[in-house]
Amino acid sequence: MSRYFEQVTSYIPQLRCYARALMGNDVLAADDLVQDCLERALSRIHLWRRGSDLRAWLFTIMHNLYANHIRKISNAPKFVELEPDKNMVADKAKAEQDLEIRDIQQAINMLPPEQREVLMLVTLEGLQYREVATILGVPEGTVMSKLSRARNKLRTIMQIEKPKSLRRVK
Amino acid sequence: MTYQIPITQADLQAYVDGQLSQARQHEVEAYLKENPEAAAMVEDYQHINDSIHDYFDPILEEPLPPQLKVSSMTRRSRILRVAAVMGWLTLGTLFGSQLHPAMMEITPADTMTTDLVVPAAFAHAVYSPEIRHPVEVRSNEEKHLVKWLSKRLHVELKIPDLAQHGFELVGGRLLPSTNRMAAQFMYQRDDGVRITLYNRNGVWDNKQTSFQYSKQDATTAVFYWIDGPLGFALVGNLTKNELLLLAKDIYVQQNE
Repeated sequence: MSRYFEQVTSYIPQLRCYARALMGNDVLAADDLVQDCLERALSRIHLWRRGSDLRAWLFTIMHNLYANHIRKISNAPKFVELEPDKNMVADKAKAEQDLEIRDIQQAINMLPPEQREVLMLVTLEGLQYREVATILGVPEGTVMSKLSRARNKLRTIMQIEKPKSLRRVK
Repeated sequence: MTYQIPITQADLQAYVDGQLSQARQHEVEAYLKENPEAAAMVEDYQHINDSIHDYFDPILEEPLPPQLKVSSMTRRSRILRVAAVMGWLTLGTLFGSQLHPAMMEITPADTMTTDLVVPAAFAHAVYSPEIRHPVEVRSNEEKHLVKWLSKRLHVELKIPDLAQHGFELVGGRLLPSTNRMAAQFMYQRDDGVRITLYNRNGVWDNKQTSFQYSKQDATTAVFYWIDGPLGFALVGNLTKNELLLLAKDIYVQQNE
C-alpha cells in the first residue's frame, strides 16, 4: 500500500505539468484537477491492476476528469474550433494584429481540448502513440490525425511571430 | 529517390517524436533532404516541441502545494478507512470466514440476518426473474428514483454506477421490511444476469461492520455490510469473487 502511495507521489509533478497545459495555465484550476485525480486514484486503488502501467492509469483518470470538465463548460461557448479554412484566415488576420499571442501557452490555448491532450501527452510526457490511444480511448489513427492537426495549427499561429524574412507559410 | 512505402504526414510526426524504426528514420531523413518544404515543416514541429518543453518543464521543479501532498490529502482519513476495510475484506476472503475486526462495532448477527440478509435475498428471488415488471421506476428516471426512495427511507441514498463491471441499472423499487421500508436497486448484465442491491436502515444506525458473506442457496449469494445509517445487501447468482468486487466498488462509491 505504501509503495503504491510512493509511486503515485512520484508522478505528481508530471501530472501537474500536464494539467497546467490543459487548463490554460490557470494554476489553481490545474492543481484542483490534479487533486481530484489523486483522490480518485487513491480511493480506487483496488481497480488498478497490479503490475500494469500506473502512469498510464493516472493519465487516464485525469483524461476522464478533464473530459467531464469540458462537457460541463461546453454550454458556455469558450472554445472556438479553428479550422484551417476561411475561419483560419480570419483568425490569422486578427491574430496578426493581436500582439498578445506571444508564447506557446497562448497558442496551445487556441487548440480544441482533444488536440491539446494528444499534443501534450506526446510532446510533454513523451508517451508512445499507442499509449496515448489507450489513455484517451481512441484508435491510434485518431491520435495521429489530431496530433498532425494540432501541430499544423500551432505552426500557422506561431508563424506570425517569426520575422518575415525567414519564411512565410503558404 | 523512391520509397518502398511513401512518406506520409504520419511519418513526419513520428520522426519528430522519435517514434520511427531506425530504417524508416533514415528514409525520412533522405526524403527531407530532397523536400525543403517538408523539411521546413519538420523544423517547425521541432521548434514547437522545444517551446513546449522550455515553457512547461520548469513546472516539474516547482515545490508541491500542500493540498497535493498525498500524505496530507484532505480526505486522507477516508482513504485510510477504505484501505482498512479493504484489508479486512481481503483477510475475510482469504479465510472464507466472517471476520469482525475489533476496531469495528459488532451488530448482533441475528438482526442483520433477519432484517437485512433474508429480506434482501427474498426480494431478489421475487423480482429478479420478472420480465415485464422487474422494477417500479426505471433507470431513465434515475434522479427521480433516488430522490423518491431517499425521501421514503429518510436517508440519503446513492445509486452506484456498476457499468465498468458490465452491469447497467434497470431501476428500483420501494419495499416493506420489518418495521421499516427498504429500497431495492436492480442491475442487469448483457447476458441477462441480474443482481440487486438492497438498502435499509435499522437498529444498527451509524455503526460500521466489515463485509460479510452468506450463501442463501445453491446459486444465490449475498454480501452484506453496514456503513453509517444504512445496511447494504448485494444479492446475485454470481461467484463469491465476482460479487465481492462489486461490493467493494459499491462501498467505495458510497464514500466518495
